[in-house]
Formats: sequence, C-alpha cells, structure tokens
Amino acid sequence: MKIKTLNLALAVSMAWGTAASAQTEIQWWHAFTGRLGELLDAQVAQFNASQTDYVVVASNKGNYSEALNAGIAAFRAGEQPHLLQVFEVGTATMMAATGAVKPVFEVMEESGLPFDPNEYIPAVTGYYTTSEGQMLSYPYNSSTQVLYVNRDKLTEAGIDPDVDLSTWEAWDAVLTQLKDAGVTCPYTTSWQSWVHLESFSAYHDLPFATKDNGFGGLDTELVFNGPTQIAHIEQLGKWAQEGKFIYNGRRNEAGANFRGGECALFTESSAGYAGVKAEAKFAFDIRHLPYWDSVEAAPQNTIIGGASLWVMEGHSAEEYKGVASFLNFLASPEVQAKWHQDTGYLPITNAAGELTEQQGFYAANPGTEIAGLQMTRNTPTANSKGLRLGSFDQIRTIIDEELEGVWSGQKTADVALNSAVERGNQLLRRFEQANR
Amino acid sequence: MEKRVIFKGWMLPALLLLPQIVITAVFFFYPAGQAIWQSMFVPDPFGLKTQFVGLGNFEYLLGDPFYRASFVTTAIFSSLVTLVSMGVALYLAILADRLIKGSGTYRTLLIWPYAVAPAVAGVLWMFMFNTRVGVASWYLGLLGYDWNHVLNEAEAMGLVVVASSWGRISYNFLFFLAGLQAIPRSVIEAAAIDGAKFWTRFRTIVWPLLSPTTFFLLVVNVVYAFFETFGVIHTITAGGPQQATTILVYKVYSDGFVSQDLGSSAAQSVILLLLVGILTVIQFKFIERRVHY
Amino acid sequence: MSEQRGMVERRGLGHWFTHLGLIIGVLFIFFPIWLAFVASTVTQADIVQPPMPLLPGGHFIENYTEALVSGVNAPVATMMFNSLIMALGITIGKIVISLTSAFAIVYFRFPGRTIFFWLIFLTLMLPVEVRIVPTYEVIANFGMLNSYSGLIFPLIASATATFLFRQFFLTVPDELTEAARVDGASPMQFFWHILLPMSRTNIAALFVILFIYGWNQYLWPLLITTDPSMNTIVMGIKQMFPSGDDLADWPVIMATSILAMVPPVIVVISMQKLFIRGLVDSEK
Repeated sequence: MKIKTLNLALAVSMAWGTAASAQTEIQWWHAFTGRLGELLDAQVAQFNASQTDYVVVASNKGNYSEALNAGIAAFRAGEQPHLLQVFEVGTATMMAATGAVKPVFEVMEESGLPFDPNEYIPAVTGYYTTSEGQMLSYPYNSSTQVLYVNRDKLTEAGIDPDVDLSTWEAWDAVLTQLKDAGVTCPYTTSWQSWVHLESFSAYHDLPFATKDNGFGGLDTELVFNGPTQIAHIEQLGKWAQEGKFIYNGRRNEAGANFRGGECALFTESSAGYAGVKAEAKFAFDIRHLPYWDSVEAAPQNTIIGGASLWVMEGHSAEEYKGVASFLNFLASPEVQAKWHQDTGYLPITNAAGELTEQQGFYAANPGTEIAGLQMTRNTPTANSKGLRLGSFDQIRTIIDEELEGVWSGQKTADVALNSAVERGNQLLRRFEQANR
Repeated sequence: MEKRVIFKGWMLPALLLLPQIVITAVFFFYPAGQAIWQSMFVPDPFGLKTQFVGLGNFEYLLGDPFYRASFVTTAIFSSLVTLVSMGVALYLAILADRLIKGSGTYRTLLIWPYAVAPAVAGVLWMFMFNTRVGVASWYLGLLGYDWNHVLNEAEAMGLVVVASSWGRISYNFLFFLAGLQAIPRSVIEAAAIDGAKFWTRFRTIVWPLLSPTTFFLLVVNVVYAFFETFGVIHTITAGGPQQATTILVYKVYSDGFVSQDLGSSAAQSVILLLLVGILTVIQFKFIERRVHY
Repeated sequence: MSEQRGMVERRGLGHWFTHLGLIIGVLFIFFPIWLAFVASTVTQADIVQPPMPLLPGGHFIENYTEALVSGVNAPVATMMFNSLIMALGITIGKIVISLTSAFAIVYFRFPGRTIFFWLIFLTLMLPVEVRIVPTYEVIANFGMLNSYSGLIFPLIASATATFLFRQFFLTVPDELTEAARVDGASPMQFFWHILLPMSRTNIAALFVILFIYGWNQYLWPLLITTDPSMNTIVMGIKQMFPSGDDLADWPVIMATSILAMVPPVIVVISMQKLFIRGLVDSEK
C-alpha cells in the first residue's frame, strides 16, 4: 500500500513535470501488473526523479504475448515504443527482426556511457547474447526453476523434512510414502515444458535442439526426444497415473495448490518465492532442482526464463541516449539488488549478487540464494546456454498438449515426445521460411 | 421482397448511403482484402520481408491433421453451446410464460448475464471451477468427484460450453419469452378446452408458431459460438487439454498472435470468411423467405 | 387477458413447480455473479483457503476503494468513462448510419443499389478479430491510435443494424408512404416524421444490443490504446491477471468485474420493456 501511494504521488508530479519542461520521453511497454507492476513503477519513478533530462513512461500492454503483439503491431504502424519487454520464448522472433530492433550493445556503445559486459553474469545474459558475446537485449527479469518443499507435509507423513531430494532417483520412495500417508498432492509443477524439458535438458547437458539449441542458425531442429528425456517423462507419467504427481495447468496454476498447503513438493520459478512467502501458512524451504544421478553430466546448470527488454529501431539518438542511461540505472548494483530481493528474479550483475550477500539478505531468507548458485555452478555449455527457437511460444503449447496426453495416460512418453518434435519442427520450418 | 411505393432520385440515397459505404470500405473491405492478399504470402511478423507462396498456406493448413480436427471440435462445441443455451432458455421461458404475476422479477434476474462481457464471464467461471480456489470444484470434491478440467477433456469441453452458454441463455430467454407471449391466447385456450394436454399443446401449436424465433436464434447462436466465444476459451482453457477445446477462431488467434505466423493466420481468416459467407447466405435466404409468409 | 390465462392452467401444485423451476434457473444463472460479489467483499486469504464463504464479508469498502484508485495503468473511473464513450459512440454511430442506409436501400431505386446492398451485407458476421492486423494498420495510418474515433469506427463497420432496420422498413405499410407522397412530403420529411417515430422500439432494442457489444470489446482496445488514459474497463480486468510469476489478487479483480458490469446491467434492466418490444417487432 505504501508503495502505491508513493507511486501515485510520483506519477502525478511526473505528469506535471512532462507538461512543464521539455524532457525527452522514453516509452516502455511491459507485461507486469499487480505487485510486480508496482515494483516496476517504483523503479521508473526513482529514475525519473534522479535526473531531469529524460522521463520514462511505462505502460502495461497485457500479458507477455499481448505485449509482444502490441509491440509488433505498433512497429508495423511506425508507433513503436523505445523499450519493449519480451518474454524469453520471443527471443528468436525479436532477434530475427533486423531493422526492427536495435541491439543493446549498440545502444550502449553509441551513448558513450560506461558498459562492461564482463560485469554481467554470463549464465543470465547468455540467453540474450550472440555467440560473439554481444548483448542483444537487456535481461530485465530472469528466474530459474527451483524446488519448493512443504516441510510440514513431509513431517505429517512421517518423513524427515530434511530428506534427500536432490536426485530424481530418491523421489519415488518419498512420493510413495506421501501418497500412502494420504497426501492428495505429493508433487506438482508449474511450467512443465520449461522445467521438465527445456531446463531438464540443459541441466543434464543434453541438446534441446540442434545447432546449439538454435544459436547456430534458423535451420535448427528439435531433439528433445532423446532417451533421457523420454525416461524422465515416462517416470512423471507413471507418477501421474499413481496419483503422486498432480497436474494443475500449463502455466503457474499449481502455485495456488502449493501455497494453499495441498501439495508437498513443487517445482516452480525462483520468482515464485514472494508469493509463497506471502501466502504459505506452513514451514517451507527452497532446494536445488533435482537431477538424474545416473546421467553423468548432470547437474550442469539450469536455464533461465522470464523476459528481457528490447530496444526498438526508429528513434532519435537523443532518445537512445535516454534508453542507455535508463538501462544503466537498472543495472546499478543498488537497483539490481533491490529488484532481486523484492522479486526473487536473478541478479544480472555480479556486483548486485555481492551486495545482496553483504546486506545479509541470503542469511535472513535462506533458500533465496539457491537459484543463483544453480545457474552459476558450471560454465554454461552449448546445451545449457539457452534456447533460441522461432515460434517458441507455440512450440511450448504443442509440448503442453502432448504432455497432457502423457499425464492423462492416453499416450506413452516416447509417442508424445516424438509427436511434439515432429509438430514443433514444422513450426520451425515455417519460421525459417518467413525469416529467410 | 421489394417496396412497391418508392421515392425518386439518386442524389439523396447516395448521400444517405455514403457514411456506411465509406466506413465499410475503409474499415472492412480494405482490411479484409489485405487478409486475402496476405494469405498468399509468408511474411515475417514485423513486415520487413515477405515471400509469395501462392496457395502454400492453404496446403500447409489443410495438410495439418490438427487443423482438420479443430473443425470437428468447433462443430461439437457450437452444437453444444447452441443446444444448451437454447434448451435452458426455452425451458425457463415456458415456465415464466405460465406465470400470471412475477415473470417480470424473474426476467430481471435472468437477464443479468447478458450484460457480462465474454472475457469477464470466462473469469467468473474459471474462478468457480479453478482446481484450487474454485467453489464448485471444492464442493464436487466433497461429493467424491475429482474435478480436473486441466487434464480431463470432457470436463474442459463441458466447462467452456457452460461458460459460453451462460450469457446467451439470458439473450435467448428474452427472445423466447417475447415469442411465447406473442402467441394469441385464444388459440391455446381453444386447444385446452378441447382437452389437449400441455405437451400436446406445446408440440402441435406453440412449437410451430415459435419456429421463426427458434430458427433466428439458431443462426445467431451458431454464429456466436463460432466467433464470439474466443474470450471464454482464451481465459479458461487456452485450447487445452491437448487440443480438446481449440476451436477455429482460437486457432486464428493463436497462430496469428501467439506464433506470429501471419500467413497461416490470414489463410485461416479466408477459410472463416468462406464459412461466414455460407452462413450468411443461409440466414439471408431464410429470412427473405420468411418475410413472404 | 391474463385472468383468462389463469383459468386455463391448473393452480396449486403445478403453480409451485413452475416457481420452483424458475428459482432453480435463477440460482444457476445468477450464482456466478453472486459469487463474484461475495469474492469482492472478502480477503485474499478467505479465497485461497477453500472453500471460500458464500455470504458477503466485511471488506466491501476496502476492496472497492482499492479497485477504484488502483486500476492497472489508469484509475478504474477513467477506464469506465472511456468504455462509456466507446460504447455510446458505437451505438449511436451505428444506429445513425444504419437508419439512413436502410432507408436509402428500401425506399429508393438507384444504379448499383443491389451491389451496395450486397457489399454491406457481406460484413454481416465477420468479427473484427479476423481482420485485426490490417485494420490496425489502417487506424495507425490515419493517426487514430489512442483516440475515441479509432476505438469506435472499425466496430461500426458491420451491417447487423442495417439489416434489422431494412427488415423493419419492409414491414411498414406502403399506404403510409403513399399518403405522405400525396401530402407532398419530401423523402426526408417522411423519414423524420413517420419512419423514425415508428422505429422507436427497434432503435431501443438495438441500443441495448450495441451498447453491450461496444462495452464488452476486449482485443481491439487492447491493441490500439497505448496511452493508459485511453484504456477501457474490460481490458483493465484482464490486465489485472498477472502474467508469469505474480499472484492474482482475487478480491480486487472481482470488485472491478462487478463495477464493469454495472453500466451495461443498468442499460439492459432499465430498457428491458422497450428492448423486448423491439425484439418482438423486428421478429415479426
């Protein structure tokens, strides 16, 4: 509430300021509402109050895919904003749009403002960076998957709440015990494709698609139907049939079931932390995402999700300078550290992570450091740097559809994954054709 | 059907028609023509480059078993929405028509949902059947029924059908009640005096006299189910589980606005345009004929 | 009339079954709205720990105040005002152009009449969603993004109203036209003094239908209003749903949903008598 009043006051003074002076206006279209929207507005207000040359105007354009569409439609009409927040699955679409987007490294170079790519955490920025190390978009909000554990539920079921859950091999016994103790939802997950195929592949150092997961060219093909992935999905499907894995929806619907105390174990974005902390009436902790110990390369590192900010073409040099100085402001350790601590999103610079550590945040909120550690535990490989696939949002939908077939017992894991690969490849070929 | 008595001149009618012609040309025909044109190309989303593919987009679509399946899904969905919304509305209208007093009160309560936007209706029903916070799913759980429309295809279809029909029940109810009340009482009374039971009276007298209303609503509701239920599907199931609730309009949206495949989306628009054309002709033929009665 | 009707039906048990059937119907139809209202008067905690209560709680003022001042980009009051302008603009604009064009088509013979007629009727059912990208470009080229005219015009381009007026005009007895001509009335005088008053109930029915159609638009305002001060309420509700990693604030979402319902409900209920008469008229 306090934030909101402050925002309102700042917004009013800001509007006044715009009318009175000739500040350069920077339009920023984003997809955040609610608490995240308030935090975003607070950043904007702080930036606007910190200097007098530029004024950033942030507007919500619906959810991620609506914001992307609004940006595209606006570009076609010559009305594009300076900054557009695009979710990670839209990366290839934006990247292919030479002439519509201006790479961030270019914006920073031209502005003459200090910009050192080495200050950034490669595991986070890698997703949005060319193979030559040039930053294309600014990683605004990035998170990775972690495991949330309802300790009370485990205790109720007669399980040691500190039981080892670090490998999937250990899970079957725990889930069986939970199920036998009458727990209706032993395990659930959000974002099934992201957790159980995209990040799963990276974590086990397996390719998700050829050509370095699409970084190497548009002629990439999906290959997530390898034996390890099939075995994993098969195991989850088995748990689903036995009532040990409860499916609650394609997005983060399952979060409500976990926060309400129904589910014992939950894989979800690290950014779900604030919500769990706010609503959970039980003891919980955060752990590393489990991996299959039998896979030698695991654990590699998980990959990120979230969104980044793209700079759109077609504006003046002065405006780009404003954009650069705003991005610089966002990247400053204090702003970054606060964002990281308030939201659960990963810090994007080493300095922000260190500052958070110094401020004693990790000590006071155990578990919040897990996501960062999981990302940085190894140097990313070609398989774990990220994914760059056209029509990726739609490919995720296809994966969702096929996985639902497995959870409901209508399809076997290999049939579902083979079909998802085949259908997804068709979309990739369409995308390749459109962007040739 | 033509007027026998008419006014002369062409300047005045041209002036009177002008606003609608201009608006239709600029905001309908030009964009619709663009959609047809675009259906022969594979463009990139930003409009930076494009390739001519002729009928390639149509080949791609019609070769896709999932697109063909969505015709079947649409047919099932539309039939169910029409049936549920008209059936319940007719039932309620018959009951309300039997009342001497108080039908106005019921009517006032029953027409609320008509004022609710489909997007908001989707929100309300999703809220009731949410697998976690939903009241309906919780009480079903108490009764021993494990509601899970995110995985059960039949439940998902049922839910979107009910949510889409909900607002239409109000609309259809108004039409049916008006239709019933317009039937001359003397006809029904005569039949009643002859000793005809309610069901017989309904079948032989009321239903035939109601048939113009019924047919009109049939067409209107099918069109509604085809096009305006997008908001409901989008909010509640997003086309899932698997592809159980992916209707044609939802696919236009998801290919065009989720996948940014404008070529495929434009081709689907053209296919829909053809479907709409057929529906229009059917409706038009019917209404023209009926006016002759 | 209704007295006689009563004698036909048996009183007693059947009468109560009728009421019972209607009450069950009303409960089913009204329940989602009731639940939304209840949800808008309780706290988030009441909702997320099921089952949520079925009777209103004590947080009415708190939730509605929050809904009214917060909104997503713009205050709810601003969005409601924009929705109102948009709905009225569509309603009035469409009724005006449809009346005049239906008049021209029915009461005149001129070259190209049939072609115009068909051109207009082709638009009968195609929703704006299907041609949305090119329509957006047209609006942008005219510089009509973030304007009421941009919100209104593309949604006027459909022939439903023209069609209904045409149907109605065709049923107007020719004798009236004849009499007007004999009296030396010009076409426009005939239109103003005879046709328009006769169309009153049809106009009322269309007013209700179009107002609700305009008020309930979602995808179009979402695309073309980039300036928060131009947002509409229905898109505002959808925008309250978090994307990605945040939680849905149910009480405020539901309070806003209820607020968004109020104007169309007022229109429907206050005009229901005229509305129904209009429906029956245009039906026959």
